[in-house]
Amino acid sequence: MAKTHVITEVNGEEAEFLCEPGQTLLETLRDELNLTGTKEGCGTGDCGACSVMLDGRLVCSCLVLSPEVDGRKLETIEGVADGEKLHPIQQKFLEHAALQCGVCTPGFVVATKALLEKNPDPTEEETRYWLAGNLCRCTGYDKIIRAVLDAAAELRGEA
Amino acid sequence: MSEKKLKYVGTRPIRHDGVDKVLGKANFGADLNLPGMLHGKILRSPHAHAKIISINTAKAEALDGVLAVITGDDFPPPPSGKGSVEGPQDFGDMARNVMAREKALYTGHAIAAVAATTTRIAEIALKAIEVEYEVLEPVMTLERALAPDAPILHEEMRAKGEEPLPEGPTNVATRTVMGFGDVDEGFSSADVVVEREFTTETVHQGYIEPHAVVARSISDGRAEVYCCTQGQFMVRKYCSKVLDMDPTQIKVTASEIGGGFGGKTVVYAEPVSIVLARKSGRPVKIVMSREEVFIATGPTSGSHIRVKIGVKNDGTITAADATLNYEAGAFKGSPVMAGMMTIFSPYRMDHVRIEGFDVVVNKPKVAAYRAPGAPMAAFATEGVMDELASQLGMDPVDLRLVNAVKEGDTAAYGPKFKVHGFIDTLQAVKNHPHYKAPLGPNQGRGIACGFWFNAGMQSSANVILNEDGNATVVTGNPDIGGSRTSMALMAAEELGIPVDKIRPVVADTESVGYSDLTGGSRVTFATGMAVVEAAKDVVRQLRERAAQTWDVSVDDVEWRDGHAVAMNGHADDHEPLSVAALAGSAAKTGGPISGRASLNARGPGPGFATHICDVEVDKETGRVSVLRYTAVQDVGRAIHPSYVEGQMQGGAVQGIGWALNEAYMYDEKGKLQNPSFLDYRMPVASDMPMIDTVIVEVPNPTHPYGVRGVGETPIVPPLPAVAHAVNQATGVRFRSLPISPPRVLAALDD
Amino acid sequence: MAIVVLPPALRAAVEGSERVQVKAENIRELMSTLRERFPLLEETLDAGPAVSIDGEIIADPFLEKLEPDSEVHFLPQIGGG
Repeated sequence: MAKTHVITEVNGEEAEFLCEPGQTLLETLRDELNLTGTKEGCGTGDCGACSVMLDGRLVCSCLVLSPEVDGRKLETIEGVADGEKLHPIQQKFLEHAALQCGVCTPGFVVATKALLEKNPDPTEEETRYWLAGNLCRCTGYDKIIRAVLDAAAELRGEA
Repeated sequence: MSEKKLKYVGTRPIRHDGVDKVLGKANFGADLNLPGMLHGKILRSPHAHAKIISINTAKAEALDGVLAVITGDDFPPPPSGKGSVEGPQDFGDMARNVMAREKALYTGHAIAAVAATTTRIAEIALKAIEVEYEVLEPVMTLERALAPDAPILHEEMRAKGEEPLPEGPTNVATRTVMGFGDVDEGFSSADVVVEREFTTETVHQGYIEPHAVVARSISDGRAEVYCCTQGQFMVRKYCSKVLDMDPTQIKVTASEIGGGFGGKTVVYAEPVSIVLARKSGRPVKIVMSREEVFIATGPTSGSHIRVKIGVKNDGTITAADATLNYEAGAFKGSPVMAGMMTIFSPYRMDHVRIEGFDVVVNKPKVAAYRAPGAPMAAFATEGVMDELASQLGMDPVDLRLVNAVKEGDTAAYGPKFKVHGFIDTLQAVKNHPHYKAPLGPNQGRGIACGFWFNAGMQSSANVILNEDGNATVVTGNPDIGGSRTSMALMAAEELGIPVDKIRPVVADTESVGYSDLTGGSRVTFATGMAVVEAAKDVVRQLRERAAQTWDVSVDDVEWRDGHAVAMNGHADDHEPLSVAALAGSAAKTGGPISGRASLNARGPGPGFATHICDVEVDKETGRVSVLRYTAVQDVGRAIHPSYVEGQMQGGAVQGIGWALNEAYMYDEKGKLQNPSFLDYRMPVASDMPMIDTVIVEVPNPTHPYGVRGVGETPIVPPLPAVAHAVNQATGVRFRSLPISPPRVLAALDD
Repeated sequence: MAIVVLPPALRAAVEGSERVQVKAENIRELMSTLRERFPLLEETLDAGPAVSIDGEIIADPFLEKLEPDSEVHFLPQIGGG
């Protein structure tokens, strides 16, 4: 089967790959680009573990076909920290013990960053609805929501 | 029990594996790729119940890029006879569950498997495998399974246990009766008797990470397996049984694990990937899809339970009687026994009878799920208790206080309880502001209690003192919710080394002594006990090294806060020696210092919890919203309180999901209709309020820091707590789960 | 004498009693005495039951010490999640 040549930007760097037409962005990230921080929980867009930013918009990478990202900008969990310095969202997830198994955490961090870029001062309810597309089976969400609200306060310079 | 002030235990440090997890660098099951690796896929039965007449793999084998195709014929015969059963595991059944032999027993049962150069080729190859089935009537409910004319899943199955038993081939694997006293006499002295029936549906553990494995076969007969599992030693043992290999020939490395809740305590794709790797000569990776996880792994039993309880007018229980029917799935081994042993355990009673049936149906073989068997049992007993409280005009907490078991009371399953904090949880609920807070229209409040045994079992630990005076703590238990840091906290306390200077490691099966799996709420208790013993071994050696250095007796050296301190008149002659100084001079005083411990931990200590739930019911849509929730639990001692709270919160929300929405829905042919997270509706963030926690600490005397298991108990009370809150809001008693909007609407219409 | 409490299913094997007194200092002794006195218990004992000794559940009992008034129950093996 003929493969498609795709040039895209991932976390600020140019990336180039060949893919089959039906290959999902999630498969490409994990298997071609070795960016395994993006996780597969369902493959049907229901769990949010594969959340990435595509041209500044939060998407499930399992629902995006790889050829679609040609000429566009991607940001994955690997691009959230500044080198070795954690992003405040990542730091707050650690301080609040907002992860147990940690497999949903990359998706939550990416989705939270998208939320706070759009709405720096979300209410608890707004946070819960924004993150309703990210499943966590371990925490019951309590500590995640607290971490997100605390990270928002810190990013606003209030914490 | 040491009464000294603790410096590290009870604090909330950032977990040691946390940075990698928030960065996306932690390696989970699907994250490993090996050079030359093939991709494995499993062909699954489209029928819930069918004889396998023939399997033709020739066309699949002929495809370019296909390197191996296997069926049941590529496995050794399923184990039978002596050594084939160990505790609740029957390895013959396990072998047939891993790869079907004579019959397909549920939709999703593995029939064959393929290894190919890409997943797409493997998927095409699956379609090229020709299987001829003789389709049989599926048995999808307890009622059908128990009917005299029911189709039989296993022709050789004969009911075991107490008479009277069904004769001839049956779907009843066991009938068990337990109890004491004379229930007829007990009920005759009751003022009020309530008898009700309850049903719960099949539900899944719902871990976010699907099962994943990479296996490598080595030509000298060995195999290496990397997978997400609750126990690397469990995978080693179970693969050795299913594949007739020596355990020592199999090395298992546990990846980070993306949730398990009991669902990763058995093997599925692990032996399949070894056989594919052996046949193809290449490493093979198998990653399940979410649909495969739903149709072929987990779940826990659907159940039907009858409970009858009699009380005096003052609330004292005079007798209790129950019949429990649990679905085991395709092979025997439901958690009905644990359901029986927990169903009346929170309450004191002189007359009790409990009968349980383990019943096979054409659904996936159930796997453990957080306090296996207990939540549905509590749903039934607590439901009757709640109704008794309202008939007696008693506060539901007071009714529990009248009957709650104390230390020395006989549990309904026989033995006497040791010290525990059940009554403390009830009192904490009564005193909690939540319990007295006002409610609005269409709102209701429920409380319910839960009990789980907790487990001890075998664990090993190595504590290695490094040349910088810091330590590595090595254990054999996958860290499913922050346990590594709990291990480090206990080691820090013993050694007097700051917790962030300790590196806790989860080792593979060749790098640490045998350890039973992560489950049964046992790791902080049992593996923690091994870590404490290994750390004490290190401290003993450090005192000896200091004694040598000072030329005094070891009895004149004490270990205090990370320093050897000279005692008994030697204090003025010697400055204390730090752990770093002693580690630095270890070469001169006898070489490297490390401690180890392997043990079979006794006395895990019972876990009790009481939960309060507030709901609001939308009478237009039937939707039940949880408004406020408080979980109170006796945890013995919280080593890392944040992760203890996390267990209580997570367990509560899993239980709320079970109560309100989660259920397997099958069509009449036995095909699962909702094998996705869209249709199998687990709680999302917007469904939930904050989950308040109250940690009660009644130390467990058998653990050096007083730990009891924590993880399982919190899933037990939510099923009834939610139902009782809905009852107060609507006046309707729901005795069938889930309490989903259509059922609520139908009940309100009646 | 330790007291062994039997569930209904096993009472037939001990001539119908709910409680049997056994002179034993540990579980190993208790098990071998039970085997001698009540051959019908053999299948149950071979299956490797868990026991509780004075309320403490032990999955793999063998050398656990028994006090003169210890109460021992045979229990099924329970798996956790």
